[in-house]
Amino acid sequence: MGAGKKKKETPNQSELIPIFVLGKKYDVPVSLTIQKAMEYAGYQWIRGCGCRGGICGACGTVYRFPDSYKIEVGLACQTVVQPNMYITQIPFFPAIKKTYDLETLTPTLEALVKLYPETLRCLQCNVCTKSCPMDIQVMDYMAAAMRGDIARVAELSFDCVMCGLCASRCPAEICQYNVAILARRLYGKFIAPRAEHLRAAVKQIEEGHYDSMIENLIKASEDELKRLYTKREIEPEEADEMWTPKDTSCL
Amino acid sequence: MPYTEELKQLIKRVEATRMARVERKRRGEEYPLLSLEERQERLRKYHPDFIEGARREIRVGPNKGYAISPEIADLLEARSRIDPDKVDLSRIDYETEVLILGGGGAGTAAALLAQEHGAKVILATKLRHGDANTMMAEGGIQAASKGTKDSPYFHYLDVMGGGHFRNVPELARTLVMDAPKVLAWLEDLGCMFSKAEDGRLKSLHGGGTCRRRMHYAADITGTEIMRTLRDEGKNRAGDITVLEFVPAVELILTERGHCGGALLYNLETEEYLLVKARAIVMATGGSGRLHIQDFMTTNHYGATGDGLVLGYRAGVKVSFLHTVQYHPTGAVFPEQAEGLLITEKFRGAGANILNIDGEQFVNEREPRDVESASFIRECTEVGKGISTPSGKMGVWLDSPMIEILKGPGTVQKEFPGKSILFKRYGIDISREPMLVYPTLHYQNGGLEITAECETTIPGLYAAGEVSGGVHGENRLMGNSLLDIAVFGRIAGKNAAVYAREKAQDGKLTLDHVRDHHKALEAAGIQTDLISPMLLPDYSNPEVRKKQLTTRFQGTLR
Repeated sequence: MGAGKKKKETPNQSELIPIFVLGKKYDVPVSLTIQKAMEYAGYQWIRGCGCRGGICGACGTVYRFPDSYKIEVGLACQTVVQPNMYITQIPFFPAIKKTYDLETLTPTLEALVKLYPETLRCLQCNVCTKSCPMDIQVMDYMAAAMRGDIARVAELSFDCVMCGLCASRCPAEICQYNVAILARRLYGKFIAPRAEHLRAAVKQIEEGHYDSMIENLIKASEDELKRLYTKREIEPEEADEMWTPKDTSCL
Repeated sequence: MPYTEELKQLIKRVEATRMARVERKRRGEEYPLLSLEERQERLRKYHPDFIEGARREIRVGPNKGYAISPEIADLLEARSRIDPDKVDLSRIDYETEVLILGGGGAGTAAALLAQEHGAKVILATKLRHGDANTMMAEGGIQAASKGTKDSPYFHYLDVMGGGHFRNVPELARTLVMDAPKVLAWLEDLGCMFSKAEDGRLKSLHGGGTCRRRMHYAADITGTEIMRTLRDEGKNRAGDITVLEFVPAVELILTERGHCGGALLYNLETEEYLLVKARAIVMATGGSGRLHIQDFMTTNHYGATGDGLVLGYRAGVKVSFLHTVQYHPTGAVFPEQAEGLLITEKFRGAGANILNIDGEQFVNEREPRDVESASFIRECTEVGKGISTPSGKMGVWLDSPMIEILKGPGTVQKEFPGKSILFKRYGIDISREPMLVYPTLHYQNGGLEITAECETTIPGLYAAGEVSGGVHGENRLMGNSLLDIAVFGRIAGKNAAVYAREKAQDGKLTLDHVRDHHKALEAAGIQTDLISPMLLPDYSNPEVRKKQLTTRFQGTLR
């Protein structure tokens, strides 16, 4: 081994800078994320920490610099500390989540508005977009929602991690991210073209087409299995979608 | 931070060889794959599983004598968080038909199916519902869905070859045979898979696949699946009660040795809560946060192997824990992103792996363990790794190649998650390669299950990363999202049926915990370690020394 590849989360000691966690000052190494800096200061997270990789939305954070009017946002696991930032986390902001049976809905404006009528209260102030740590055009997808353009909402909101920062700052009290996931599910189920080949594959399996093939593999000796494995034909990486193997006996 | 001047100079060597490599790829000339014998040799010499001290024997319990990672063995040999004599088993806080432990992909899929089979469900999870490795899975989900070129037969061969032919055959069969069905199920739930205009699922290769069967939702496949399952779980709130920030700390059995319930712990109020349940699905996930051999990890904050501890203490055997999966491509630059998963899909889309001279030294699509061992070899024995400013080593993952192979804009379109992440640090991965090194990624083994997700304890089911056998000694990319969906569903259904038809009431007991403590004493194990760990502790050691009134073992006070 050697090579210096390892290491846990423990930071290197380096230059220290002051940050203010809920108003209280701590000196932390300059290169850390907010999440690791607070751990360095002695916090052990219970809330406000999930994937530590910028995708789960558990660590939405707002901060401000002393001389600035501006409220800044970020994910604590992704945002590097800066001197004198005043930090507070918004790990949980109460949200409205309507329950529904997707099977009975239609991908229309009516469906969205029936479940989330407050969608129409949007003031187009754009604070949601400014609050999004994923750089999503939240206001634009809300505008699409108001037009009933479900596909556009789905596309624009696709990277949403549902951290709730948009909802925490919305003057119209909309919970944008729950409107967005409803739109994405409507899109995925009703608007996107269906993968018919999946159903064909399911049918083949259920009709027992592969039962004996797999049974033979299960019964095969390890040497036989290795032989079959080694000689299996590899689909070329740059092959086009219609590529077919030479040996079609096990399809 | 952007690349340093020194690294930028090294990137020029990557650029110098790029066009020739692209041309070779276009001609179908790949860097040669290793033979099965060469794979074994490379693993034996360079894989972390095989280094001195990588395994030690467990001294108590059903797998006494089985050698696994010391970090996991320590937890299996630790004491319970609770004194069984202090728990009043007659004071029941919740009663339910099916209790699901874990709120990730497997647990949530299980909850949905249990509910569909008529059960009232409680899902208890340590962090938030959805805080799980499922959320972080990026690259895709395998299914032999295109009958003109692929079938479960080939998927099965790939699964077995990846697992070094050690996988439990019945589990591998279920995995591949159910694959198209669960993808159709997810599509019906509204998952937005990446598709061609005619609806065909886009598909790529993964390491060790013979057909392109990796389906995906951009580069956030796990997030898309997890947030959809979670949303559907919430839609069924009348039947599925979700308890967050209450991890399970012990299973409770009945006098007959059947599943009786679990003891939960409210992380905030520090109460212990008793749930009586007719059936349980253990879906607590993996253990990357144990930092085996001090490796960095791609895993989420709660991946501390709790379910292994609970199951083992109750008498369930573990298997395949002697191997641990290191994902070849964890970020090593910038420092803030260290350990972060860089999806295998980059390599599936054609990006080469390169050393400091911009040369290939391994095919980019070997199975994960072989790929990782090859990186380690290049950075140690061969000495052609690239040093980072923080003193780590890495190799290049040439993402800009994808722009040339598949057209400008492909990286942004296919990898929006990673593009934005690196953009924050001033790195444009459509123009600059990434520096990567193996990172602790997946618990190949776990609790032994049957293809019906049964454990040896009647009424206790397990699914997902906490279980072992599906993937043998090494999992292939795209088979864990498949695993959690396939086996989560089976476990949920079977738990509901068991709860209704087979479960028998009985007096609750924690005698297995007492027995475990006695076994520790009999084996001469003196330890102040307690488990499950629940949460890792990353606080500054200097601060910890001053925390005089807490022992800071997980959250135990």
